[in-house]
Amino acid sequence: MITIFEVNETNKMIEQEKLDVRTITLGISLLDCCDSDLDALNRNIYDKITRLAKDLVSTGREIELEYGIPIVNKRISVTPIALVGGRACRSPEDFVTVAKTLDRAARDTGVNFLGGYSAIVSKGMTSNEEALIRSIPAALASTERVCSSVNIGSTKTGINMDAVKLMGEIVRETAEATKENNSLGCAKLVVLCNAPDDNPFMAGAFHGVSEADAIINVGVSGPGVIKHALEGVRGKNFEVLCETVKRTAFKVTRAGQLVAQEASERLGIPFGIVDLSLAPTPSIGDSVAGILEEMGLESVGAPGTTAALALLNDQVKKGGIMASSSVGGLSGAFIPVSEDQGMIDAVNRGALTLEKLEAMTCVCSVGLDMIAIPGDTPASTISGIIADEAAIGMINQKTTAVRLIPVIGKDVGDTVEFGGLLGHAPVQQVNRFGCADFINRGGRIPAPIHSFKN
Amino acid sequence: MSKTIITVVGKDAVGIIAKICTYLAENQVNVEDISQTIVQGYFNMMMIVDTSGSTKPYAEMVIELEDLGDDIGVKVRCQREDIFTKMHRI
Repeated sequence: MITIFEVNETNKMIEQEKLDVRTITLGISLLDCCDSDLDALNRNIYDKITRLAKDLVSTGREIELEYGIPIVNKRISVTPIALVGGRACRSPEDFVTVAKTLDRAARDTGVNFLGGYSAIVSKGMTSNEEALIRSIPAALASTERVCSSVNIGSTKTGINMDAVKLMGEIVRETAEATKENNSLGCAKLVVLCNAPDDNPFMAGAFHGVSEADAIINVGVSGPGVIKHALEGVRGKNFEVLCETVKRTAFKVTRAGQLVAQEASERLGIPFGIVDLSLAPTPSIGDSVAGILEEMGLESVGAPGTTAALALLNDQVKKGGIMASSSVGGLSGAFIPVSEDQGMIDAVNRGALTLEKLEAMTCVCSVGLDMIAIPGDTPASTISGIIADEAAIGMINQKTTAVRLIPVIGKDVGDTVEFGGLLGHAPVQQVNRFGCADFINRGGRIPAPIHSFKN
Repeated sequence: MSKTIITVVGKDAVGIIAKICTYLAENQVNVEDISQTIVQGYFNMMMIVDTSGSTKPYAEMVIELEDLGDDIGVKVRCQREDIFTKMHRI
């Protein structure tokens, strides 16, 4: 029988250490919505999403109340729209109408974000996919809840450098199109390499073509819980440190697994995966940086940071995998700058640079995330950063991503407020040397060799 | 049907258990086990209850117990047992 101490431990995690389930994401296939008529396509999409997701938010709320654990976000991911809209959309403007339909469906079902305004162009781009990509700035400027992602490379296909070049321009155009809002559109746009089909986290969530008609994926969280557990083992050796992270990650993930199963049963939609990511929020005590500093770093960014992050990431997976029947998505620690107060502080004190963040992305999920850069950063430089990150993902067979926000009108030293879960970020220095001739070459970086690993 | 755990935490006072149990009895909720401790003047109680005989919607009971706690001046939580067993038992 459960004891009062165990009950108190769980409730303390929830009340004081910010344990929550970060998101229940309902993945919906829109492949059966395809139509050659644009109006019919939009109608089909709206009807299917609102039919399947009508009880998502209320069910989430019900589970929250009954188990006493907060479920922060209820979200939807859909089939990449470049595939769904292919027959009906002849121009970027046509695709924007679909974005608006998605936004309306998201609003009417009560979810805060809907992901899948996406294109998978790891090897090559069809004209439809290019039209969707070119529509992203207008789509994100004219919608509130739609998230967009573009997969520009993979370990199996190499990196599509034409798409990398285009995405540098699109990130800039999106920043311009939403400059009244601190270029907020870029916070809803992520460029990925090795994007998973079942990621429940925004902005990179989409419902891959390998998935069933509808699926429930759950993202857990709990940086605060891990940090608190580590406070109890200060000065102890690495074996103790690792074991503590693992045990705590197990408990956190079990809560996520329970919520996932309940949501799946109540909605009558199959359970997909639990994503083991440690996702920070801007609130105090919910920081991945805080965990790394608790391990013994004076500040995130100091030498030792990459090793600390690597062990954190690995132990979270080791603990989490046993706690869930099926693990997927991104599964690792997130290191978004604007969404993590510890990261923001580290940047402000000069301890954490873009280059160190890049090194950190080699050992964790996911990539350069929510980083504000000067508004005058050239498109080719953004493409260069995307290419670097994609190369890390391609060679190391992991997901990597770039979500940079070139804030129009802002420069190093300024701070930008995005609001809510997106937080605020100091504008960070970008290397001023150019890479335009490299990016302008065009073509593809071929897939890497899969043997002789070093 | 799974059991429910009700926890009460707050400053000790006369009649806390009585008030909670009266509410439970009125709603046909059966109390199966009670354990309590007092740590530095703070009242800490856990009840294991069975709600299967109750006609009240679960979410409503959660909110009413929370409100009742507010009236008495203690924090009352009502949660399905699974959240604890999943976390603490393999």
